[in-house]
Amino acid sequence: MNLTLKVWRQKNAQTAGKFVTYQAEGISPDMSFLEMLDVVNESLILKNDEPIHFDHDCREGICGMCSLYINGHPHGPKRAITTCQLHMRTFHDGQTITIEPWRAAPFPVIKDLAVDRSAFDRIQQAGGYVSVNTGGVPDANEILIPKVIADEAFNSATCIGCGACVAACKNASAMLFVSAKVSQFALLPQGQPERYSRAQSMVAQMDAEGFGNCTNTGACEAECPKEISLTNISRMNNDYLSAKLFREEHAHENNG
Amino acid sequence: MSEFKQTFNSSLGKKLIMALTGLFLCTFIIVHLGGNLLLFSNDNGYGFNLYANFLTHFPPIEVVAYILYVAIIVHALYALILTVKNRRARPVGYAVVNKSPASWSSKNMGLLGSILFFFLVVHMSDFWYKYKFTNDVAFKEYRTDLATNQTTESDYTPVSPTFEHSATVENNVEIVRVKDIHAKVAHSFSNIWYVILYVVAMGALSFHLLHGFQSAFRTLGWVHRKYTPIVEFIGTWLFAVIIPLGFAAMPVVYYFMSLSK
Repeated sequence: MNLTLKVWRQKNAQTAGKFVTYQAEGISPDMSFLEMLDVVNESLILKNDEPIHFDHDCREGICGMCSLYINGHPHGPKRAITTCQLHMRTFHDGQTITIEPWRAAPFPVIKDLAVDRSAFDRIQQAGGYVSVNTGGVPDANEILIPKVIADEAFNSATCIGCGACVAACKNASAMLFVSAKVSQFALLPQGQPERYSRAQSMVAQMDAEGFGNCTNTGACEAECPKEISLTNISRMNNDYLSAKLFREEHAHENNG
Repeated sequence: MSEFKQTFNSSLGKKLIMALTGLFLCTFIIVHLGGNLLLFSNDNGYGFNLYANFLTHFPPIEVVAYILYVAIIVHALYALILTVKNRRARPVGYAVVNKSPASWSSKNMGLLGSILFFFLVVHMSDFWYKYKFTNDVAFKEYRTDLATNQTTESDYTPVSPTFEHSATVENNVEIVRVKDIHAKVAHSFSNIWYVILYVVAMGALSFHLLHGFQSAFRTLGWVHRKYTPIVEFIGTWLFAVIIPLGFAAMPVVYYFMSLSK
């Protein structure tokens, strides 16, 4: 396969970037998208050009490191896969492929197609944890959890934090990511002690990072490689608003 | 108090305000459509004029009306604030337009809302403002013979400029004098440009509510396996089909009635 690539090249966060056109020649349809970029980079290195910088790690769709906004779709045109799981047979010979980095103010470009997603880490650190007792290993299944609830929590927990939801959202909102991280604990008994403080602190951090607001368009859900559902967002809204408006966060203040 | 401020300044708090004002406006249009169906009763505007007079002179409704105007302004203002914030969240756009499958209406709420806001300015300055604050609207006198229930109407010129409404009974004849907003409506709706504006605005209303009604429930966090399909059904059929069609039928019917005169 021979392809024309329009790739976003940007030296660093400070300098302005631009699209550069490359020819990708002799690409096997069985290559993954990242392998195709490896081949292009190989040829760039041989020409003494700077190779295209892009994020990747496990290359089996579980680490959340790869990104790329390909022809108007985060992780390419196929559903429920990451870029590393996207094969070149999805494209046809002679096609022009435009590759852009995730676009969002809280995700500044590091170089070329790689963006800094540490905003997600800070949101996670703000409340995406549970308190556990140290000591002996507890018995398995000591706490009974209905199967459907466990399944739902595990569905939310499959979020790999890649940021495709932000990239797909017309408002660059991080609600799908944050709500998945809130939901995976809010559904389970182990997550109850911090349930309402978690929703508040993670949303506060999300706002501080400068992500947009949710308009329930559902683009995030459609583009999520792990098919995290929009229901998570409503679940978080419910927890957040009930925490803010109806629950007492603190014990009675000591007036004595 | 600062805790409330913090809540409503958060992204979810602002969306809560959008959802609550939006749902309040949704309940309003049900009432507005219900009342305006009087336009279709063949009584030379008797019912409609009395209804308009009731709306503008019954204190509880006047209070709710001002809450309504505030809700419209807050809804529009917060939409603007949120849009600005959303734009700021993506300073560099994509070269290839996002192809993620999302409904057209959900992606164009701002455009649809702007059409509706423009429509509301025209609509309110033409009817509400002229009715309440000017003497442009003529009066009509309806005489109903209570024995035969026959109503005749005639133009009425008030003696005092502050005259608004009177209802008296003389010799078994009920005399009602009210501002004839019905004639003003009929006059406006005989203009094809008005009719086009109204029909386009109702199209915008349909798409705005197609997304907006169910989205408000999602924002409030009211999502449920059993009830969300009901909310979506109501949002689609009542708010995006029946109500806009009902409203749009008024200028269309009056336009064709004006042609046959």
